[in-house]
Amino acid sequence: MSIDLPTGSPPARVAFYNDPKVRSIAYQVALCAVIGFLVYAAARNAIANLERAHIASGFGFWNTTAGFDISQALIQFDSQTSSYGRAFWVGLLNTLLVASIGIVIATILGFIIGIARLSKNWLVAKVAAGYVETIRNIPLLLQLLFWYNAVLKALPEFRESFVIPGGIYLNNRGLFIPQPIFKDGFGWVLIALAAGVIGAIAFYVWARKRQEQTGQQAPVFSVGLALVIGLPLVVLALAGFPLAFEFPAAGRFNINGGIEILPEFAALLFGLSIYTAAFIAEVVRAGILAVSRGQTEAAYSLGLRARPTLRLIVVPQAMRVIIPPLTSQYLNLTKNSTLAVAIGYPDLVQVFTGTVLNQTGQAVEVVAITMAVYLTISLATSLLMNIYNSRIALVER
Amino acid sequence: MTMSEGDLAVTEIKFVRGATIAARPPPAAMTGALGWLRANLLSSPFNIALTILIALLLAWLIPELVKFLLIDAVWTGADRDACREVVQHREIGACWPFVWERWSYFVYGSYPIPQRWRVDVFFAMLAIGVVWLLWLEAPRRDLGSVYFFIVLPITSFILLTGWSAIGLPPVDTALWGGILVTIVVASVGIVCSLPIGILLALGRRSRMPAVRLFSVVFIEFVRGVPLVTVLFMASVMLPLFVPEEYSPDKLVRALVGIALFASAYMAEVVRAGLQAIPKGQFEGAMAVGLGYWQMIRLIILPQALKITIPNIVNTYIGLFKDTTLVFIVGIFDFLRTVEVARIDPKWAAPVTSTTGYAVAAIFYWIFCYAMSRYARAMEARLAQGDKR
Repeated sequence: MSIDLPTGSPPARVAFYNDPKVRSIAYQVALCAVIGFLVYAAARNAIANLERAHIASGFGFWNTTAGFDISQALIQFDSQTSSYGRAFWVGLLNTLLVASIGIVIATILGFIIGIARLSKNWLVAKVAAGYVETIRNIPLLLQLLFWYNAVLKALPEFRESFVIPGGIYLNNRGLFIPQPIFKDGFGWVLIALAAGVIGAIAFYVWARKRQEQTGQQAPVFSVGLALVIGLPLVVLALAGFPLAFEFPAAGRFNINGGIEILPEFAALLFGLSIYTAAFIAEVVRAGILAVSRGQTEAAYSLGLRARPTLRLIVVPQAMRVIIPPLTSQYLNLTKNSTLAVAIGYPDLVQVFTGTVLNQTGQAVEVVAITMAVYLTISLATSLLMNIYNSRIALVER
Repeated sequence: MTMSEGDLAVTEIKFVRGATIAARPPPAAMTGALGWLRANLLSSPFNIALTILIALLLAWLIPELVKFLLIDAVWTGADRDACREVVQHREIGACWPFVWERWSYFVYGSYPIPQRWRVDVFFAMLAIGVVWLLWLEAPRRDLGSVYFFIVLPITSFILLTGWSAIGLPPVDTALWGGILVTIVVASVGIVCSLPIGILLALGRRSRMPAVRLFSVVFIEFVRGVPLVTVLFMASVMLPLFVPEEYSPDKLVRALVGIALFASAYMAEVVRAGLQAIPKGQFEGAMAVGLGYWQMIRLIILPQALKITIPNIVNTYIGLFKDTTLVFIVGIFDFLRTVEVARIDPKWAAPVTSTTGYAVAAIFYWIFCYAMSRYARAMEARLAQGDKR
């Protein structure tokens, strides 16, 4: 229904420069013009500066022979033949290696400390709080330097290395542990492991369905454990232990054989895990506190004991609060792994943005590729997080 | 019938106590120190085991720390021989004379010695500004913010870099170092990130698609990459993007990187505050005829910033810790000066590194802990209005 305007009065009119639509378009055009000009000026300057410095542009360097060595490479890398592109992959894999192991350790440590902060045991709660307050308030870089220079580099020299029974050596060049060697027939063990995992999942699904229908519980944990660990062990025994270890041996100048864990790697792993654990502990504590007391009390009044209450009532609800900030802590850990450059662990930044950039001088390309990698990781994670969030969001009436 | 039953009942009552008995004290094992111990330390076998374990850990850790920092520490000496076990024939803890001798390097870096009073004046001015802003009962806090955000940056810039016209010889930023650089980087980050962050947050909630797109891309891009790469970008790419004659010096490049990085994080903190303001506040402001900037300045920001103060301070703590990363692009911040001093052959001893790191850890810890206490006090104070 239209409203009758008093006849004769012209529609209210504003000067065109006061029209919100016109203004909004003008502002946006101005913003685009400014940004466009800045980008144009930057590009022009960059081209001029690069020409003056005789630096080629483009991604041609990718296939050029690198000519430097990397102290830790998960894939074959050779300074004589491998290219800059291969160096990039080596660095990326090293970053992913330290980040993924760090995430596992930080999660375990963080959950323990977060729960300890809420413990009824006064001493435990205070020590956990002290840990969080100390670690959180000291820069990560300082902690990394401490672990690397004051702890790991201060270990005894090669000749006086600590020998731990089981063929493990520890000295200031790193930790040397036995390397497993898989012989023929080990494939059966892997198949058994896969079968065990699938069986455990199937049993879990079946047990859950049965519980929903009949209310009867099945021993999911022990059966799952038997399937995942027991089955491969039985197959291992049946196949006649197709597994051997190459033990590190002290040579004249160095330790040969076995797996070498670099002190740089260990320092970075310690530093990242310990630092991130303090933040994860706070996330976990906030998540548990977010579950209202009424939930626990209701569970008690239904007759559940403390442990099932925690497992069935508190944790599932706390996880809803915990998981989004937990993911952002994982991202922080991954991004913080770039501090590797300060202690010389060959991660993506140290290898690519450090050495490759210095050798080729192609700052724009190298920095852009590095940023694209981290951006991809971050955006992919937040995409997954958004999907997860919308799935677990409380469905309200 | 009922009467007689009642009568019967009355006659059967032999005694009615007139006064209530005073409650008996709880058993000794439930109160006082013993009760506290039982409830808080020894409530179950698992807890007893845990308590013993932690007590043992502390009994080892605390004496070790005290021994290292105080009892076994060396307090006087001229060079490394004072701090070496092989020379002194005793257990050696922290090497404090190394810190005494290097302290002025830790504070000023290589700033020319006759000019160091300028740095002291800067520290004093900054301290006045910080107290003026943070102490809520301070007089004329409006003047305080003008002082902190306008007067202080300009005067300290003139003071620290020098201005020959008023008799202050110029000092190259390459000579700056130590705590001076750490404080300068942190302050620039703090002073720049708030206004830029507010603008970006407003842009992200703007109705103009181009403005929103720009803000979202900027914020998500910067938050998606590590600070190290932002600093690398600032230090190797920034000089390419400007004409050669205006190429900024190293410190300025790092400052630009830090300020952009902090702004993106600040934008998200402010956005959370803006989202918490009910729509009615915007509508009410518009209904009384305020324009956009008046509405933001007078109605929205005062409320939004108030609730985000704790988060803003937390961002500042992160920023303060992140200043150490300028180390990686070759700037002599406090951590870098410690790193340089600890490998000085004059003080080469096994304990030198640990001593240096301990000093740095204590320095950063005090600043960050003080900030987090302030944030928590602020939170409690702001929550008072909402208490019922």
